[in-house]
Amino acid sequence: MAEVKLKNITKKYGDVTAVQNMSLDIPHNEFLVLVGPSGCGKSTTLRMIAGLEEISGGEIYIGDQVVNEKDPKDRNISMVFQNYALYPHMTVEENLGFSLKIAKEDKEEIETRVKEAVQILGLEELRKRKPSQLSGGQRQRVAMGRAIVRRPDAFLFDEPLSNLDAKLRTQMRTEIKKLHQKLKTTVIYVTHDQVEAMTLADRIVIMKDGVIEQIGTPLELFEKPATKFVATFIGSPSMNMIEAKITNISGELYMETNDGISVLIPKHKKNSLAEGQKIFFGFRAEDIVPLKFGQKPKNSWSMTSKVNLAEPLGTETLIFTNLGNTEVVSRMFTPELVNSNDDLEFALNLDRTYLFDGDTGLAI
Amino acid sequence: MSRKFFSGPFILILPSILAIGFVIIIPLIFSFYTSFTSYKLTRPDSLFNFVGLRNYERLIDNTKFWYAFGRTILFLAVVLNLELLFGLGIALLINKITWGQRTLRTIMMFPMMFSPILVGFQWKYIFNDNIGLLNNFLYLFGYESAIPWLIDKYLAMGSIMVAEIWANTSIFAILLLAGLLGIPRDPIEAARVDGCNSWQVFKNITLPFLMPFIFIALTIRSLDVGRAYDIVHIMTGGGPAMRTELIWTMIARIGYKDANMGFANAMSYVSIILSIAFTYYFFTKLVAARRDLGQQ
Repeated sequence: MAEVKLKNITKKYGDVTAVQNMSLDIPHNEFLVLVGPSGCGKSTTLRMIAGLEEISGGEIYIGDQVVNEKDPKDRNISMVFQNYALYPHMTVEENLGFSLKIAKEDKEEIETRVKEAVQILGLEELRKRKPSQLSGGQRQRVAMGRAIVRRPDAFLFDEPLSNLDAKLRTQMRTEIKKLHQKLKTTVIYVTHDQVEAMTLADRIVIMKDGVIEQIGTPLELFEKPATKFVATFIGSPSMNMIEAKITNISGELYMETNDGISVLIPKHKKNSLAEGQKIFFGFRAEDIVPLKFGQKPKNSWSMTSKVNLAEPLGTETLIFTNLGNTEVVSRMFTPELVNSNDDLEFALNLDRTYLFDGDTGLAI
Repeated sequence: MSRKFFSGPFILILPSILAIGFVIIIPLIFSFYTSFTSYKLTRPDSLFNFVGLRNYERLIDNTKFWYAFGRTILFLAVVLNLELLFGLGIALLINKITWGQRTLRTIMMFPMMFSPILVGFQWKYIFNDNIGLLNNFLYLFGYESAIPWLIDKYLAMGSIMVAEIWANTSIFAILLLAGLLGIPRDPIEAARVDGCNSWQVFKNITLPFLMPFIFIALTIRSLDVGRAYDIVHIMTGGGPAMRTELIWTMIARIGYKDANMGFANAMSYVSIILSIAFTYYFFTKLVAARRDLGQQ
């Protein structure tokens, strides 16, 4: 068990910078998730920690040692790959014991540790099988087992669930979480799926274009997104985001959308805004309430708009409608049938709007 | 019934049946028949002189034939193993190169572009004891007595092997390079993280993935080397004193030079067993290697 530290890590491929000046402290036993759209540098970062990718600048510490120049084999880390990366010519048992065999552990020790992993992951029946005779979920389990038997300082997961079907993915997610509680090891987990990130992480690192956008607990990211990108990336459905300009109407600040709709700025946001400033204002789907089915929030702004489409999902219904020319989505938790083309009155909860600078995208 | 026999599908495959019949089946049956006659090319009427198994009986007692047979197996064993070793080495090196790989791949294939006859002539010149490049080269370094590469009873065989290996190692290299390029990256990276050094990665991951390609290459080359004739004919003509006589140089000599076609054909049928045995062995290995990797 060890902490992992990144100090100003940079990765360049020729002229392209994949990861820029990234610093990160990962304490013992933390479950850290790197999340971001594809090409944001999250996998590259993980592979640099593993030693599979050379580091162009900066330092990586595992424990208190700089590992920049160390081979993967000398870093005492385990990695679970997206395509499982099992050894096809070895049985489950041999796959699990391979790293120990290479490390020249004695046979009894290998047997005990393989047995332990097999029990933790419920692979008893499959010990003698080859990877080609296993289902996707079983292969994923073997891949995790292979990581466990080494008793590494840190586990690295590279999108381990993205090849599984939806149901299995949810199930394996829970298992990974339980496994982490049982093993108490540092985990660095890469995914592009924000739901996975939210459910698994102690802390989430959101990356975009090789740079960290925000680091925080899942709830911090959800409640206090630092940038417009984080706000739209975290949460499902994605946060509604509307372009607007600050105007002054008889002493009160309003945000005016491109199509002339004005909404009063909530009091607590007023001070940091200037007239004429370009902004985005965002709000989550549950904060725009169809009044027919919900309660009007205390401090709200109302509009009547036609329903474009309604998606009943059982526990909730998503209603797509227009605010000016921009389509927005509203979420309600009552199982009522809503027809397309109905006119509904919506109330926007002004206390829960997010404002972002129009140029920098930073939260205001 | 007769209507069905001349139905559409039959008529459509008829041309290929005829072609295969004329090109393969009839010659096969004919040659097999002649191996039971005393057929001599110079006396066409001997084609009908049926002698039963006499050719085969003569063959069993013919020590020269069995020496050639054994020599062919030795030739196969040495040439295939060395070509595999060199080809694997070249493929591994080229696989490491990131710049100029295509050019190198092309250059590597140059020996394959020459006719085996010309390769034979070229090496015959290199190995010539008098004016050959090799002896002149050795002379430069003070080795003054000329080595009779193609005339010495042991060296002659080795010299032919060198020429054969030079000409065909690139086949192994190409096939194994294709195999190397096809190995997924993940298991290799997993092995590196699992604690393997380069040699352990090669032994435990790369080699098992390469096995099917190795056996395919061995199958192709065993058929190829097994029928070696041209290069031997040019370089030594089977000499000195038949020390480099392989099955096919012997068959060709008896069949065409001595015009003893019936006997030669009997030899051919026995020697085919050798090729079939090699092919069968390598294919069994190939299937096993593929099954081991979970491929069907």
